[in-house]
Amino acid sequence: MIEQEEKQKPLNFFQDSGGKKGILAWITSTDHKRIGLLYLYSLSVFFLVGVTLGLLMRLELINPGKDIVEAQTYNGFFTLHGVIMIFLFVIPGIPAVFGNIAMPLMLGARDVAFPKLNLLSWYLYIFGAALALSTLLVGKGAPDTGWTFYAPYSIKTGTNVTMAVFAAFILGFSSILTGLNFLTTIHRMRCEGMTWFRMPLFAWALYATSWIQLLATPVIGITLLMIAAERTLGVGLFDPTLGGDPILYQHLFWIYSHPAVYIMILPGMGVISEILPVFARRRIFGYTAIVYSSLAIAFIGYFVWGHHMFTSGMSGPARIIFSILTFLVAIPSAIKVFNWLATLYKGSIDLKPPMLFALGFIFLFLIGGLTGLVSGALATTVHLHDTYFVVGHFHYVMFGGTGFAFFAAIHYWFPKIYGRMYDIKAATRNFWIIFGGFNVLYFPMLWAGMMGMPRRYYDYLPEFHIPNIISTLGSWIVAFGIIMMIITLVKGFRNGKPVGKNPWNALTLEWQADSPPITENFEELPVVTEGPYEYKS
Amino acid sequence: MEKNHHIVGYITNIWVWVALVVLTIITITVAELDLQMLTVTVALAIATVKAGVVLAYFMHLKFDKIILTIFLGIVLLVFLSFIVLTFVDYSFRTTAI
Ligand code: HEM
Repeated sequence: MIEQEEKQKPLNFFQDSGGKKGILAWITSTDHKRIGLLYLYSLSVFFLVGVTLGLLMRLELINPGKDIVEAQTYNGFFTLHGVIMIFLFVIPGIPAVFGNIAMPLMLGARDVAFPKLNLLSWYLYIFGAALALSTLLVGKGAPDTGWTFYAPYSIKTGTNVTMAVFAAFILGFSSILTGLNFLTTIHRMRCEGMTWFRMPLFAWALYATSWIQLLATPVIGITLLMIAAERTLGVGLFDPTLGGDPILYQHLFWIYSHPAVYIMILPGMGVISEILPVFARRRIFGYTAIVYSSLAIAFIGYFVWGHHMFTSGMSGPARIIFSILTFLVAIPSAIKVFNWLATLYKGSIDLKPPMLFALGFIFLFLIGGLTGLVSGALATTVHLHDTYFVVGHFHYVMFGGTGFAFFAAIHYWFPKIYGRMYDIKAATRNFWIIFGGFNVLYFPMLWAGMMGMPRRYYDYLPEFHIPNIISTLGSWIVAFGIIMMIITLVKGFRNGKPVGKNPWNALTLEWQADSPPITENFEELPVVTEGPYEYKS
Repeated sequence: MEKNHHIVGYITNIWVWVALVVLTIITITVAELDLQMLTVTVALAIATVKAGVVLAYFMHLKFDKIILTIFLGIVLLVFLSFIVLTFVDYSFRTTAI
């Protein structure tokens, strides 16, 4: 992999198996880079399962009426698709993979603060994931409640809800431990000279995210346990026939799940803030504004959960308060977008694949954000609630946003991780396929939603046929692009050209380490004397 | 652990314990009165005071760096807003527009 002339040179983290053999050297390793890769590989598998379910749903929806599956199977599909994509892909996604691999390097640290806890988080993740997937195979079949497990239906349905809920509970623990680990790492392990305001923005984004993971996740833990108690003991917390309040469930669910939306997007924004200055050769515009907007998003994000419940019978004054609060979150998000655009202004822009994915992120996230405002306004949401407009909106944010940031991150840190470069031309082509296909897939959903097509049905009225055909076509393009992307990356990993320490000429610390980094990251810990983005343009 | 770690004396600990017992007695007494809407509020308020005392003395927050108290304060504020916002919905439910 790398030159091995110098005998003294410490082994890189691929070569140094810690005295163990084969798979054991991976699944018992406490090296943050190896754990990050464990996450990357397992997460990619779940992502592909999720995509397959998405494709099957789209195939079913190509024509009105039944095409390939029964209604009940379809209900299981969208629930499992949602659960996998949310709990196994976007929530852990960027922090668990790139936070683990890159963040300690960026801080000039040798590892995270609690390496063993880090490995435990991965085991919890795998255990939770296995439990979630096994609902497909055992008992009365996959849950059919949607990923939100709304009561009272989730209490009554005969499907495997308890198990799925328990899976989400365990995944929550994994998330809490990762958050705790990163917070401690960022507080205690920064290298000499790295003050808070010399810290790369990706680390700042992870910092804000970790606080949400730590504080919001326990709420869903308790809520899910309440569902389980309700199902097994019939306590009467949410079931109206027993004097419970179903809307209380929705409150508790979204108290976590809305902040979780920021767990999904903030790290993505952090990745973008890293990539833009490198490929525009410019210092990031408004570093402090970006830092504070991350913290503001994390903070305000706690108070907007009610906007998922506008049409569910919540009281009028509460609706108004939540709508106002929702509009407030748009402010820090917009601050970021404007700062990114200002960073690009007069930069010498180099459209390498990471940059393309980052720009794709900005474009798609913008559509996602603006359609979000439409859904957050009390008058329009009555028309759009539970239609395909919402499905379009959240795919633009989660897939177009976080998904694209994930792809950007893998293309950006790939040479650091593997010490080799993928085929840039092929990767550029893959970007355009995925980006184009994405819009063909999801834009028609916004359109169908405006026409009034409801979500979560395996069938629809004939007047929605055209947008659905286009959307299904788009799903094939996206799937093709994703397959091509995987092929390009695997080829790059096998026989890509070896690269030096810093193929992108970036200034953050991970690029001072070897590619692939040695086990201890740095032979001598770096000392920082200036900010991370001092590009002389 | 920091070097000048403060150790709380027995006497203080006993006083804290007495305070907790008294607060518990108050909780029980208040529960007997019919305060209607305020029942939960009062119970939570007393519980909060008790938790605060435990945090300050038994968990040594009073003798630690101020930043820890600030962090905890923010967390409690967030938690308080969860409860307040949820109850805003609940208490206006019958007068929905
Ligand atoms: C090729 C990729 C994908 C396709 C074709 C696809 C397709 C779909 C479709 C058609 C639905 C609506 C089902 C319905 O309401 O009847 C849906 C729902 C959903 N998708 Fe995707 N999707 C894809 C990728 C993703 C990604 C990457 C994410 C997250 C990052 C995601 C998250 C969700 C969620 C949370 C739901 C809602 C599930 C529910 O209603 O409970 N999807 N998807």
